[in-house]
Amino acid sequence: VIPLSHYLIVSAILFAIGSAGVFLRRNLITILLSVEIMLNAVNLSFVAFGRAAGDVNGQIITFFVMTVAAAEAAVGLALVIALFRHKESLNPDAFMTLKW
Amino acid sequence: MPETLLFYLLAGLAISASALVIGQRNPMYSVLLLIASFGALAGLYIQLDAPFVAVAQIIIYAGAIMVLFLFVVMLLNAPQEDAAPWDRTHQLRQPGVLRFGTLLAALLIVQLVWALGRAFGVDAPVASRAGGNVSSVRELGRVLFTDHMFAFEATSVLILVAMLGAVVLARREDEQ
Repeated sequence: VIPLSHYLIVSAILFAIGSAGVFLRRNLITILLSVEIMLNAVNLSFVAFGRAAGDVNGQIITFFVMTVAAAEAAVGLALVIALFRHKESLNPDAFMTLKW
Repeated sequence: MPETLLFYLLAGLAISASALVIGQRNPMYSVLLLIASFGALAGLYIQLDAPFVAVAQIIIYAGAIMVLFLFVVMLLNAPQEDAAPWDRTHQLRQPGVLRFGTLLAALLIVQLVWALGRAFGVDAPVASRAGGNVSSVRELGRVLFTDHMFAFEATSVLILVAMLGAVVLARREDEQ
């Protein structure tokens, strides 16, 4: 039987990896992927807590997180395409002006 | 114990694939590695008696969202990171700013380690069935469509708005 803390530790390591990706990487697509890693880490801890409590609400909220992640990916990637058309670059440092 | 062995295998796969995602220079490899990480997470969900979440993880995340990312990576055919010369001489690339980002990441890791030190006390066995069967899809659907009715409908509006927003944002401006 695997204790709850093991799942929480895996979740925390995944979240740390995702946030390190957001801080350290200079590529808009990799930053969006890091956000997905963080969302999945939180999903894992939700499902593990729900399992420990014997409650289905932990899984329900996971579905809502997945839907929001799908919406975020669609809008975020559309923004990335629009930005790339203007500057031919995916580096977030290239987009420092409020108007072009 | 095969169950424990499988847990460590899947957890190690998920963590190492995620670490490689942010270590890759080529976004194509990053997306493919992230699909592997999501597959391992689906295995963890099955171990947690959540088969429906595991299937949704594969279909929605690995199947739909990651394919969307792959389309964009292939469509943009983006140059490698730090390829342009101004990338390396930019004011945000100076060592002080870089060190600040590293400092923030290190701070977060310290906080997580501190929080995990307390999480070790939480040794409630995950396999205990305190109340209700969490792996039942029937129960899941009943709760989703009764207790969380408003959130469900709000989510459908959110998806509609996201779809319209994506179409408007990705449209070429010279067409109007």
